[in-house]
Amino acid sequence: MSHAIRWILVVTFLQLLTAVAFAQEVDPRAATLSRLTERSFDVKERAIDELATYRDDVTRSILTAILAGELYYTKNSGQIVTTRASGGGLAAFDPLSGDEVGQFGKRDLRKITINNSLRSKLRGLLATFDLADPDPARRLAAVEEMIDGIDEETAGTLANLVESEPDDTVRTAMLRAIAMQSLVSGDRERQMKAVSVLEESLNPVIRGRLASVASSTDDPELRERAELGIKRIDSRLSMVRFAETVFFGLSAGSVLVLAAIGLAITFGVMGVINMAHGELIMLGAYTTYVVQQTMPASPGLALAASIPLAFLVSGLAGVAIERSVIRFLYGRPLETLLATFGVSLILQQAVRSIFSPLNRSVATPDWMSGSIQLNEALSLTMNRLTIIVFCLVVFAALSLVLRRTAIGLQVRAVSQNRDMARAMGVPSSRVDALTFGLGSGIAGIAGVALSQLTNVGPNLGQSYIIDSFMVVVFGGVGNLWGTLVGGMTLGVLNKFMEPWAGAVLAKIFILVLLILFIQKRPRGLFPQRGRAAES
Amino acid sequence: MTRMNGSIGIVAAACLAATWGLTAQAQDDTIKVGVLHSLSGTMAISETTLKDTVLMLVEEQNKKGGVLGKQLEAVVVDPASDWPLFAEKARELIEKEKVDVVFGCWTSVSRKSVLPVFEELDSILFYPVQYEGEESSKNVFYTGAAPNQQAIPAVDYLMNEIGVERWVLAGTDYVYPRTTNKILEAYLTAKGVASEDIMINYTPFGHSDWQSIVAEIKQFGSTGKKTAVVSTINGDANVPFYKELGNQEISAEDIPVVAFSVGEEELSGIDTAPLVGHLAAWNYFMSVPSDANDEFIAAWHEFIGDEARVTNDPMEAHYIGFNMWVEAVNKAGTTEPSVVQDALIGVAVPNLTGGYSSMAPNHHITKPVLIGEIQDDGQFAVVWETPGLVLGDEWSDYLEGSRDLIADWRAPLSCGNYNVKTAKCSGQNY
Amino acid sequence: MKSVMNPSRWLGAGDRVFIVVLVAAVVLVVLGNAVAAEGSAMHVSTYTLTLLGKYLCYALLAVAVDLVWGYVGILSLGHGAFFALGGYAMGMYLMRQIGERGVYGHPVLPDFMVFLDWDALPWFWYGMDHFGFAMLMVMVVPGLLAFVFGYLTFRSRVSGVYLSIITQAMTYALMLAFFRNEMGFGGNNGLTDFKDLLGFSLQSDNVRLALFVTSAVALLLGFLLCRFVVSTRLGRVCAAIRDGEARVRFLGYRTENVKLVIFTLSAVLAGIAGALYVPQVGIINPNEFSPLNSIEIVVWVALGGRGTLYGAVVGALVVNYAKSYFTAALPEIWLFALGALFVLVTVFLPRGVAGVLRRRGAKS
Repeated sequence: MSHAIRWILVVTFLQLLTAVAFAQEVDPRAATLSRLTERSFDVKERAIDELATYRDDVTRSILTAILAGELYYTKNSGQIVTTRASGGGLAAFDPLSGDEVGQFGKRDLRKITINNSLRSKLRGLLATFDLADPDPARRLAAVEEMIDGIDEETAGTLANLVESEPDDTVRTAMLRAIAMQSLVSGDRERQMKAVSVLEESLNPVIRGRLASVASSTDDPELRERAELGIKRIDSRLSMVRFAETVFFGLSAGSVLVLAAIGLAITFGVMGVINMAHGELIMLGAYTTYVVQQTMPASPGLALAASIPLAFLVSGLAGVAIERSVIRFLYGRPLETLLATFGVSLILQQAVRSIFSPLNRSVATPDWMSGSIQLNEALSLTMNRLTIIVFCLVVFAALSLVLRRTAIGLQVRAVSQNRDMARAMGVPSSRVDALTFGLGSGIAGIAGVALSQLTNVGPNLGQSYIIDSFMVVVFGGVGNLWGTLVGGMTLGVLNKFMEPWAGAVLAKIFILVLLILFIQKRPRGLFPQRGRAAES
Repeated sequence: MTRMNGSIGIVAAACLAATWGLTAQAQDDTIKVGVLHSLSGTMAISETTLKDTVLMLVEEQNKKGGVLGKQLEAVVVDPASDWPLFAEKARELIEKEKVDVVFGCWTSVSRKSVLPVFEELDSILFYPVQYEGEESSKNVFYTGAAPNQQAIPAVDYLMNEIGVERWVLAGTDYVYPRTTNKILEAYLTAKGVASEDIMINYTPFGHSDWQSIVAEIKQFGSTGKKTAVVSTINGDANVPFYKELGNQEISAEDIPVVAFSVGEEELSGIDTAPLVGHLAAWNYFMSVPSDANDEFIAAWHEFIGDEARVTNDPMEAHYIGFNMWVEAVNKAGTTEPSVVQDALIGVAVPNLTGGYSSMAPNHHITKPVLIGEIQDDGQFAVVWETPGLVLGDEWSDYLEGSRDLIADWRAPLSCGNYNVKTAKCSGQNY
Repeated sequence: MKSVMNPSRWLGAGDRVFIVVLVAAVVLVVLGNAVAAEGSAMHVSTYTLTLLGKYLCYALLAVAVDLVWGYVGILSLGHGAFFALGGYAMGMYLMRQIGERGVYGHPVLPDFMVFLDWDALPWFWYGMDHFGFAMLMVMVVPGLLAFVFGYLTFRSRVSGVYLSIITQAMTYALMLAFFRNEMGFGGNNGLTDFKDLLGFSLQSDNVRLALFVTSAVALLLGFLLCRFVVSTRLGRVCAAIRDGEARVRFLGYRTENVKLVIFTLSAVLAGIAGALYVPQVGIINPNEFSPLNSIEIVVWVALGGRGTLYGAVVGALVVNYAKSYFTAALPEIWLFALGALFVLVTVFLPRGVAGVLRRRGAKS
C-alpha cells in the first residue's frame, strides 16, 4: 500500500516536473516575434525570415496577420498579440499559443508596421505555404506569385510537385515558372525548351523576361528563338489589346450615357436647358455618401439602398425646381438655361456649406472591386463591368417606363404637342413636374454610379455637365436611343484615340469631330422627325 | 419723357454711389492680416482649410496678446478660383483694406497672377504650397517645398532604397508637373537612367477616366525591371487614378506610386484600403510624433470643432510662415512691409516635425524631407527622411535656363535672379 | 443716306440717356481719379479705376453678345472664346515687350518658353512684337474663327440649342488646347508678368487712367456701331431672322450671309474687349475659355435685358459689381446670393433691368 502511494507520488512529481519544464521551454519563435516591435525594417525583415523557417500553420497565420496589419504589440509590456473585437474593446491573444492575454483599448495597442519590400517578401513567403493548399485557386495564386522572382531552389521544389499536381491550370503555371528559371540557367538546350513553353503564355512578366533574354544573350540562335517567341506572343496580344480598348471605350461610354440620360429627358424631351443637371447628379452621389455613413458595416447594401433613395432625393429636388422656377419659363427654352444656371450655383454652395468643400469618401463594396481574369493579359475590372451593366439596366428601365406605362404615354404626348395633349385631357402641368422629376431622379441614380468612380465633392456636377450636353446633342435631342448610341460611340472613339494622341488631344479631336458632325447632321445621329422637330 | 430720364438718372446715380462705396475705407486700431484663399470654385476643396488655419493662428496670437501690443484682424476675401480675380482681390486687400501681410494662393497661376500686384504695392505674400520653383520675388516668401525639397529626395529614395530602374512620370498638364518632370528627367538621366526607361504622361485637369493610362503603366512596368510612378497628378484627378490602380490590381509592391500632391486631406476623400503602401513625399505628416505637432493638432481640432479633421503639409507651411512673420514684426518693431521683408531673412521658428525652419536670403525656407507610406487609416507612416534640413532651391541646377541663376535678397545683391555668369540681375519689377 | 447719318433716327431716347449717363460717369470717374484729392468724397482710387475699367471691357463683350443674341437670335455659348483670343493676341504683344527683362534675361523667348526648353519662337509669335500687327490680330483672329465657324454652321442651318451647344464645344475645345503646354501659349499659367505697353509702364497710374478711358471710348464706339448696324436695313432683316428665319429665307434673303456678317462683327468686338481687358487685369489664361464663363456672359445680357444693347451694359456692370462686392462681403455664401439673383431676374424680370426701365418710361 505505502509502496503504491509512494509510486503515485513519484509519478505525480515527475508529471509536475515535466509540466514545469514544458512551461519554461518557451516557443523559440517568441524571441523572434519580439524583434518585430523594433522600428528598423531591416531587423523586422530578419525576424520574418527566421519565422518562416518554422513551417507550420501558426507561422502561416502570424505572417498573414503581419501582412494584413492585424498584428499588434501592447504599449506597456511590448507583448505581441493578435486581436478580436469583444465588447467595447479588443480581446488580445498570444499568436503562438492562442491564449487570451486580456482586454485592451485601441490606444493601448500599437500596430506592427511594414513597408512595401516587407509586404512583397511576406507575399512570397506565404506563397510557399500555399503550394500545398487543397484549394487549386490558392495553389495557382501561389505559383503566379513565384513566377517573377523564381530561383533555383524554388524551381526544384516546383519540379517535385508538378508530377503530382492534379489541376491542369496549376500544372501549366508550374511548368512556366520552372521554364522562367531554366531561361536564365545558361544551359542552351534547357533555354530553347523553356522558350517554347513560355511563348504559349500572355503573361506580361514572361514576355518581359523573354525580351530581356533576347537583348542580353550572346547566343545568336537563342536570341532568334526568343525573338520568334516574342513575336508569337505579340500577335496574340494585339487581339487582346483591341478587346481591352473596346472594353475601356464601352465603360467610358456607359459613364457618359449614365450622366447624359437624365438630361435626355429634361433637355431632350422637355426642352429645358438644364444647367443644374450636373448638380442633381451630385446630389445622388452625396445621398450615397450619407446612406453609407448610416450603415458603415455593409457598403454593398448601402450602395443598393442608395439607388432608390438617390432617385427620390434628386427627383424631389427636380420637382421642386420645376414647380418653383421652370414652370414659369415654358416656351422660353433659352431662359431656362439662365435660371437653372442660378440653381446650380445655389445647389453647389449648399452642398459646400452642409458637407464642407472637401471630397467625401465613398467605400467600394467587395463585389465591385477586383477584376475578372479572362486570360493572363486581359482582365475586366469589376467596377467598370458593373457600371456598364447598370447603365444598360437603367436605360432599359427608362425606355420601358416611357413606352409601356401610362405616365410614359402622357410624357411623350406633352412633349410632342402640348396643346393637343391638354385638349385630350392630359394634365400637362402635372406631367411636366413628373417628367422633370423623372429626369432628375435618373441623374441621381447616375450619381450613385459615379460615386464609385470619381470624387464626391461640390465640383462633381460641373465636370459632367458639358459632356452630357454633347452626348445628347450628338445622339439627337428627344431620342433615348440616340443618347445610348451617342454616348457609347464617343466613349469608344475616345479610347481608341487616347493611346496615340494622348488624353488631352483625344478630347479636343472628339469635340472638333462633334462640331463637324453637327454640320453634316444638324439634328444629331437620330433626328426627331415630324413637325415638332422644326420648332 | 422727363420722368423717364429721371428714373434712369436715379439708377445711374445709384450705380455711381455704389462705385464710390467700393472705395470706402475702414480704419481701426488693429493690424490687418489678409487671407487670399478660394472659398468657392474648383480650388475651394484645398484652400478653405488654409483659410481656417490662418484664422486659427490669428486667434491664437491674439490670445497671446497680439503683435506689438495690437490685436490682429483677419480680412478674408474669396477669389473664387478665378485667376484674374486673385489679382483684383490682392489689390483690394492691400490698397483698400490696408493689410500688412497676406497669406494666400494655392495654384501657381494664382501666384503668378498676384505677383505684379504685390511687387507694385510692395507688400508681403506668404505662399504655403509646394511648387515648381523658378521664381524668387522680393515680396513673396515661399514656405512650401521647392522641387529639391520634395521630388529629388523622393526619387533618391526609390532609386537607392527600393531599387527602381524604370520610371513613369505622370502629371497633370500644367506648369508644376511640367517643370518638376523636366527636372526629374534631367536628374535621372544624369544618374544613368536610359531614356527608354522613362515614360512621361500628361493628362488634363480633373481627368477621370484612367483605364487606358493605368493599363499602359501596367504594361510599362512588366518588363521585369522594378518600376515606380512619380505622380504630379493634381487634386481632383487623384481619386479616380488611385481607384483605377486598385481595380486593375496594381499594388504598391508591384509598382509603387510616389505622389507630391496627395496629403492627408486628399486621402480623407478616398477609401484608402487599396492604396496601402503607396508613397508621398512631404515636409510634414500628421503622424509625425512631436510635441509641437500634438499641440497643433489639438488646437486645430478645437478650433474647427471636429476631431475627424486632418492636418497637412500646407497647413504646416502657414504655421511656419505666420510665426516667422510675427517674429520678424517683433524684431523690426513695425508691421511696415518693406521693413519686415528685410527682418524676415534669417528668422528661425519651430516647425511641427520637431526642428527649426529658417528663412533664407532666397525667400525659401529650410525643411526636412519625409517619405511616408499610406496606411489604411488615411495617415502616412514615415519610412525615410533626410538626415538634415534641406534648403529650398529656387533656381534648379537641372534646368538649362536657370543653372546660373541665384537669388539673394540681402544688400548689396538684392536680386531674385542674379546670373552669376553674366553678373546681371534681370526681370525685377520693384 | 441722309437719314442714316442723322443719329436722331437710329438712337432712341433710352440710348441717348444711356450715352449721356455713361459719358458723365466716365468723366466723373476720370476727374475723381486725376484731380480730386485723396480722402475727398469724390476721390476714385486707382484700384477702383482699374476695377471699373475691367467692368467696361465686360460691358463691351456683353454688347457683342447682345448683338447676336438679342437681334439675330443666335445664343452663343462660346463668346468667351473670341474674348480670350483677343486677349491672347494682346498678351502676346505684351509678352514680347518684356524683352530682356524676363527672369532668365533671354532676349526673345518669354520666360515660360525658356524653362520648358524651347529653342526658338513658334511661328505664330512672329510679328507680335509690333503693336500695329498685334492689334490687327486682336480683330483678325477672333473674326476669322467666327467667320469659318459661322460659315460652316449657318450654311448647314444648324440652329437653336444645337448651335448653342456646338459653340460651347468650340470654346471647350479651345480651352483644352490652350491648357496644353505644347501649344506655346504658356499652358495653365497663361501669359502674365507684363511690363509695359507702347513703352509706358503698366504699373503707372496714368497708363491705368488711359486704359480706362480707352475702354470707355471703345465701349461707346462699339455701342454706337451696333446701334447703327441694327437700325439699317441689314438690322431689320436680322430682327426678321430672329423672329422667323424660314419666312425670311422664303422671301429670298440669304439668311446665312446676314448671320455670318453679324456673328463675325460680334466676334471682332469681343476680341477688342479682350485686348483691353488683359493689360488691366494683368493676366490671360485658358480659364477665360471656360464654357461657364461664356454662360455667365449670357447671364449678364439676360439680366440687363436682351435686344436693347444698353441693357447688356447695365447687366454686365450690375453682375460684376455684385460679384466684386459679394466675394468680399459674404465670402462664404456669395454664390447663394448670385444664384438667387439669376433665378429671380429670369423668373420675375423676363425683359431684364432694361425692361423695367422701359416699362416705367412707357407709363409716363
